[in-house]
Amino acid sequence: MSSIRVRAQLSDGVTNVRALISHPMETGQRTDSGGNTIPAHYITEVKAKVRDREILTANWGPSISRNPYLSFQFEGASSGDTLELSWVDNNGDSDSTQVQIR
Amino acid sequence: MNSKRRVFLKGTLAAGTVGVAVGAGLLTPSTVLASAREGFEAGSVSDALKSVMGSDSHDSGDITISAPELAENGAVVPITVESSLTGVTDIAILAAANNNPLTSSYKLGEGTKAYVATRIKMGDSSDIVAVLKANGQLYSSSREVKVTIGGCGG
Repeated sequence: MSSIRVRAQLSDGVTNVRALISHPMETGQRTDSGGNTIPAHYITEVKAKVRDREILTANWGPSISRNPYLSFQFEGASSGDTLELSWVDNNGDSDSTQVQIR
Repeated sequence: MNSKRRVFLKGTLAAGTVGVAVGAGLLTPSTVLASAREGFEAGSVSDALKSVMGSDSHDSGDITISAPELAENGAVVPITVESSLTGVTDIAILAAANNNPLTSSYKLGEGTKAYVATRIKMGDSSDIVAVLKANGQLYSSSREVKVTIGGCGG
């Protein structure tokens, strides 16, 4: 199952995107019960594209909350277009998903 | 004579490779990316802005920051930044009192609205600063959020 849940809704020519990603977003500043530092593990980049058109690139630091939420809006898409959302984290892991704009 | 000719050839070959790399855009994205990441290491709002926006001089602009006045849990503070400015290409959201104030920055494509909503961690009560780049000019706005329990420590 994808780590991304995303919805893209078109109304009055504006597509409203709301996305939730499951990710620990560890800052690297916290310690576990044994006093060991929990290594930093956070998403550094999120990209949104529609038909190879770059809609938004988000650069994130560790101070974005755990299980991040991201919402944005754009013009110029039509109903049925596919929005592609992808992320990369500081460990090089990544995930992507596609959703139809409705 | 012959060996000099070898050295000369090597030199031009090396220079050629670098030239091709720059020309193909192989070098620029990595350097651009490096400077984009540097902003997250910056210890002050002004340093973070210099590395992410290229400057820290800004005017106050028509920017609306929606955030709770009082956030009980600093680990999850919802922030929405919105503006009626046109030609916005970049948005940065900073929490002034965090050790590293820059929380996130956004590059907007053509046709993307000046609107971003996310949730951030705040170590302490602080001003939230939103900075927008529109037509090459920086605009900012800030809003205070009081935090009961910080969200950055263990």
